Amino acid sequence: MRSVPTWLLTAALLTFFLGPFVWQVLTSLRPEAELTAPGLPRALTLEAYRSVLGGRPFLHVVLNSLVVATATTISCLAVGASAAFALAKLRFPGRSLLLGAALAVSMFPPIATVSPLYLALRAVGLRDTLGGLVVPYATFALPLTLWLLTSYFRQLPDELYRAARVDGCTPFQAFRRVLLPLVLPGLATTGILVFIFSWNEFLYALTFISSPGKRTIPVAISLFAGEHAEPFAEIAAASILATLPLVVLTVLFQRRIVSGLTAGAVKG
Amino acid sequence: MTGQDASRAERLQAAFLVAPAVLVLAAVALFPILAAVWLSLHRSILVFGEERFIGVENYAFLLRDTRFLTALGNTAYFTLVAVTVELLLAMPLALLMNRAFPGRGLLRASVLIPWAIPTVVAAKLWAWMYNPDFGLLNQLWPGRDVNWLGTPGLALHAAILVDVWKTTPFVALLLLAGLQGIPQDLYKAARVDGAGPWRVFWRITLPLLSPALLIALLFRTLDAFRVFDAIYVLTEGGPANTTETLSIYAYKTLMRSGNFGYGSTLSVVTFLCVVLLALGYLRLLGRSGVTR
Repeated sequence: MRSVPTWLLTAALLTFFLGPFVWQVLTSLRPEAELTAPGLPRALTLEAYRSVLGGRPFLHVVLNSLVVATATTISCLAVGASAAFALAKLRFPGRSLLLGAALAVSMFPPIATVSPLYLALRAVGLRDTLGGLVVPYATFALPLTLWLLTSYFRQLPDELYRAARVDGCTPFQAFRRVLLPLVLPGLATTGILVFIFSWNEFLYALTFISSPGKRTIPVAISLFAGEHAEPFAEIAAASILATLPLVVLTVLFQRRIVSGLTAGAVKG
Repeated sequence: MTGQDASRAERLQAAFLVAPAVLVLAAVALFPILAAVWLSLHRSILVFGEERFIGVENYAFLLRDTRFLTALGNTAYFTLVAVTVELLLAMPLALLMNRAFPGRGLLRASVLIPWAIPTVVAAKLWAWMYNPDFGLLNQLWPGRDVNWLGTPGLALHAAILVDVWKTTPFVALLLLAGLQGIPQDLYKAARVDGAGPWRVFWRITLPLLSPALLIALLFRTLDAFRVFDAIYVLTEGGPANTTETLSIYAYKTLMRSGNFGYGSTLSVVTFLCVVLLALGYLRLLGRSGVTR
């Protein structure tokens, strides 16, 4: 390691990891006529962005993604927080069984559940609805939620819980009034990870949604087609727009995300 | 605690608190797996409304299905190569991020970007760079017009590169967390003993990092084995099925051919492969836990 200068290694890694993204930004800013020209663009234009936001129902697609990801995050945290509290602080049989089962579920390949979920959603009339996406998303984000939140609740001293019980709280009241407010940062970290997972999910969204008006961002981008040739600049602009919220979120909450990711994995 | 009644009340409340999570996991994760197994024992074509029980006939067909064997081989190759390259790249990246130097914050934030963006976007972004006519890669190699995604043998490697770009940061962050858990005293002692950097790496860093390495390996292997998004966007399994993985083949059988019986068989087999891989890793992890 010593023989390679740090700056050289850093520059190489930055080029590899950021380069393609920068190139995509440049593509999105190229004038149509210049797309096929080699090298750096000679002129920049926002034409592709105007076209993506104007002519096509892209804002609608962003809204769909926003609705699905927000609903998933909220339901996942609601279901996960109470269970994680019980797993961390209460004594009951089957605790490690539940955590083990959650871990097993997190390893399921999504393709394995596609056919029955498709038939089930169709049977209850949820196929081709955004709600039909929230149910599987929340389920498959639940294992990570349980593991992370359980570890956050475990970090709180048991005395807090016992003191609340001595003061006359039921376990549920101790959870709601005393412990839950203290894990808000952990709740935020978990929420960010669940949000990113749902924002990016592709297979279920591709399979369960058929109306173009209900597509989420990954599906819309994968099916982005022009009238004649593939509109590279518009695809680039759409993907930058779709990615921007994630990039901002990631840069802002970098520390949180890293700690959540590694805690979720290392404690597993 | 405060007596029999209190602990019984607590157990009751606990059951109440975990019930929603248990129900959701059972209904939307466990039940579909069992339903998929049941479906795989049927001949079921959705558009014809045909459905009849045929036992293990689909599984018997699987063994004669060369397309399945190709997909299995592609998936295994993709997983093996992608995960190996990711670990080899993530190691220096993690060691670098573990050192204090100006620009470390920038590096950490930057590597998170490939991780954060949707795989579909990552694949589109690379597809544009792979474009045989105007792509950046062919611009950098003037005179050599390589059709990255259209050449059998090359396309799968192009897909592997996208996976490496997208997920190496995650592996590096896992390894970084492992590195930060190694006590600094050990390094000081090694320096006092006059051990060189390579010796320190092989004798201290690597052995103490092995649990984190194994966990990263487990997560990445299981994740790579179910690869779908990137390949679907890049090639849809082409050219000539040379990039078709199990998930892609199962998806096409289910959603394009509407063959829910055989498609479910392929899904179940993918699931079983993942279970076998997970069990193998867990045994390894258990062993490394014992030796520590």
